[in-house]
Amino acid sequence: MTVTEDPQSSEGLSPEGNPMGFGKMLRKEDARLVRGMGNFCDDVVLPGMLHLAILRSPVAHANIVSIDKSAAEAHPKVVAVVTGADLAEHGLAWMPTLSNDVQAVLATDKVRFQYQEVAFVVAEDKYSARDALELIEVEYDILPAVMDVRKAMDPETAVIRTDLDGKTDNHCFDWETGDAAETDAAFARADVVVSQEIIYPRVHPAPMETCGCVADMERVSGKLTLWSTTQAPHAHRTVYALVAGIPEHKIRVIAPDIGGGFGNKVPIYPGYVCSIVASLLIGKPVKWMEDRTENLVSTGFARDYVMNGDICATKDGKILAVRGEVLADHGAFNGVAAPVKYPAGFFGVFTGSYDLEAAYSSMKAVYTNKAPGGVAYACSFRITEAVYFVERLVDCLAYELDMDPAELRIKNFIQPEQFPYETKTGWTYDSGNYEPTMRKALDMAGYDELRAEQVEKRANGELMGIGVTFFTEAVGAGPRKDMDILGLGMADGCELRVHPTGKAVVRLSVKTQGQGHETTFAQIIAEEIGIPPEDIDVVHGDTDNTPFGLGTYGSRSTPVSGAAAALVARKVKDKAQIIASGMLEVSVADLEWVKGSFHVKGDPSKSVTIQDIAMKAHGAGDLPEGIEGGLEAQICYNPENLTYPFGAYICVVDIDPGTAEVKVRRFIAVDDCGTQINPMIIEGQVHGGLADGIGMALMEMISFDEDGNCLGGSLMDYLIPTALETPDWETGSTVTPSPHHPIGAKGIGESATVGSPAAVVNAVVDALKPFGIRHADMPLTPSRVWQAMQGNHTPPI
Amino acid sequence: MEVTVNVNGVDQTHEIEGRLLLVHFLRDTVGLTGTHWGCDTSNCGTCVVWMDEEPVKSCTVLAAMAEGHRVRTVEDLEQDNVLDPVQQGFIQEHGLQCGFCTPGMLMTSRALLDRNPNPSEDEIREAISGQICRCTGYSMIVRSVQWAANYESAVTIGSAS
Repeated sequence: MTVTEDPQSSEGLSPEGNPMGFGKMLRKEDARLVRGMGNFCDDVVLPGMLHLAILRSPVAHANIVSIDKSAAEAHPKVVAVVTGADLAEHGLAWMPTLSNDVQAVLATDKVRFQYQEVAFVVAEDKYSARDALELIEVEYDILPAVMDVRKAMDPETAVIRTDLDGKTDNHCFDWETGDAAETDAAFARADVVVSQEIIYPRVHPAPMETCGCVADMERVSGKLTLWSTTQAPHAHRTVYALVAGIPEHKIRVIAPDIGGGFGNKVPIYPGYVCSIVASLLIGKPVKWMEDRTENLVSTGFARDYVMNGDICATKDGKILAVRGEVLADHGAFNGVAAPVKYPAGFFGVFTGSYDLEAAYSSMKAVYTNKAPGGVAYACSFRITEAVYFVERLVDCLAYELDMDPAELRIKNFIQPEQFPYETKTGWTYDSGNYEPTMRKALDMAGYDELRAEQVEKRANGELMGIGVTFFTEAVGAGPRKDMDILGLGMADGCELRVHPTGKAVVRLSVKTQGQGHETTFAQIIAEEIGIPPEDIDVVHGDTDNTPFGLGTYGSRSTPVSGAAAALVARKVKDKAQIIASGMLEVSVADLEWVKGSFHVKGDPSKSVTIQDIAMKAHGAGDLPEGIEGGLEAQICYNPENLTYPFGAYICVVDIDPGTAEVKVRRFIAVDDCGTQINPMIIEGQVHGGLADGIGMALMEMISFDEDGNCLGGSLMDYLIPTALETPDWETGSTVTPSPHHPIGAKGIGESATVGSPAAVVNAVVDALKPFGIRHADMPLTPSRVWQAMQGNHTPPI
Repeated sequence: MEVTVNVNGVDQTHEIEGRLLLVHFLRDTVGLTGTHWGCDTSNCGTCVVWMDEEPVKSCTVLAAMAEGHRVRTVEDLEQDNVLDPVQQGFIQEHGLQCGFCTPGMLMTSRALLDRNPNPSEDEIREAISGQICRCTGYSMIVRSVQWAANYESAVTIGSAS
């Protein structure tokens, strides 16, 4: 079923004026957060707590000759100083990454990226811990740094991963998807072939709260409690059990309030492991919080793909095939957090929203002397790269064909009757109806008027650009037959208990970092069983108090955990119906559900509410035969497919011809994320992602000098959009439910981050059309735009 | 050294190191963790508090420099169990997501409205431009401040009539 319409709020309001299910509802979590009463990791203070600071490498590639920690140990407030050699004695110097590579917890043999962890200090206060870092003497024998991804595989290049047996080069992995021969054949018969190198530079999610933790190893019980900035508390617990050898039931991971994640808080960082080890060694709670430079320089980056793309079409604009060849910079360790069978994440959806005859891409991933990571920054497992790639290529084709970019896209859309649609790279898009979404965006923008204005402006020498994109996301990883992380299937549990008085608690395996789970999951339960959302407590972020699941990233909370919540509520409702049949003395089949109560069919006066049923379930007296007391259920939801949200984005920019400064004048975003749970929260998710897009397209980049020094190591150098660089967003929506999700929802968390960078770049390049420019690489800073206007293409890497 | 700083109307006298930053004094010494820390370079503004009536980035102020001054933090916005209109505005208009930048944004917004009860959109954007929010994309923060301004002007008109 595919329908396209504006979202409707559910009928009826709760006693507190909230929707009895879906619809706009103010957030439950705000009450504490606006009062400064959130509980973030750095707010956790325990009696006797010590402070840990990490000594990091000042250089990108060097052998460690010696480490002298005696002066640091002599500092009066220092409790312990630990090096890689110390960890190696306990077999803890290395840890697995989420991609089945290994990563040094503390460097033993050599350092492989600037700011790599070399030693840690534990002291009575955080200032003293930092002081003591200055007292550690490390002698480095500096090696050539491998910073240019294009030269990483040259035979004379230094080998970074000498820790891996027999490693003689910097090769990380090869990957391919699609049919090369079919694709070549399509290119051979095409009228038009366009090739373009497209670079997605390294960027960083930079959440406002940096990463950190408090580790508390309780000596007598042997139980470790870890307050941690993690988006995936259960997965982290299992990894700690495997790495540190602590029995899993003796580990409790608590993710308290998280100050933004965006993927940055998915990996396990050495700092967490150091803190656990420190608490284990010392027997006291230990806190570690990164500073901003540590966060920007050493933790999970994003992107860093050099993409060579080809697109081919008939002369009237029917796209036949897309071909890619990607060089992927994975840094010093392969720390990508993606399903194991997907080393390139979901880059395979680079076929976009178009009905192609063939597609193929290859990829070579290499090690360089940069920080590990790769999948972060709200990217839906590399779909940001894939969407940017295809949406730039389509614009390049429009340029060569001299066709309107919106018209070219519409002409090539997958048609509504083709869903479920199998792409040429093996992805099954669940549902879609693209043209109405595109038309709505064009209408909102006043597209024809904008183009007319552009003609006038160009005649006056003014630079105005209109960027159009259309994206299809793939979120909700994922079906456990295909998708796991370190062997853990990507399913999610959910538990619902209805208390005797009809109030409820729902326990989730996922963890909000600002997405509003405490509100939206209460709304899902309310929609299903008619308990007002204010009567439903949402528990999350505590492995001792929630069922197992893989956590919140890749926009998976609504598609996976949201489905689990709906289904667990239906399981409770099924039991409630049996109890209601006993209470009303009719058969189950004679009952009718009207939100919040069961009625006898044909006699609405005979009814029991869910609250009546809850009391009966817990009360005295007989229940129907075979029915246990209580009203609760637990499930583990295994999604049968990903969900595929989509959207149409239009960006309007003006460029100052004198300074080459780009000003985003308007941004129109029409998103389709299927059924909407809370339109207010959806709009907020979209706004945040659009700001990310402007940041990446115009401002953000983690760059390095040739010696391996990171040039984006503070917020003075790594530029993030403020209220001055962002416009007042114009958003709209269409609704095409997912056919396989219990409530038809698809997820929205990363759609805008995925879709918006291409819209901004397409707009800038469109503005520069009078200069004969078809492509320019991000970030489109004034200097880079100025160079483009002078005819100089300046690739970022 | 010993300093006395008036925090939210209460004199706080503590023995501190001369290098202690005001943000750490508030969070670690006084125990008011509503004020956050987010960068080392005065760029992010999660640490904004008032010194006397002026918003300052408390990561760039030594606690010793606050000696004898009045510091106001997010914990002081709610009075007699009633939220400040800017707090209510952020709830009404979804002006926060993760909530980490929110205390700083609230303190700046309150200061803006105290000086300019009816700011334009541009004036609001200018006022918060020294602060970073990674979640909201700012439009809803602007609307939140506008909500508070409208609420306060309605209350003012109501009390005058």
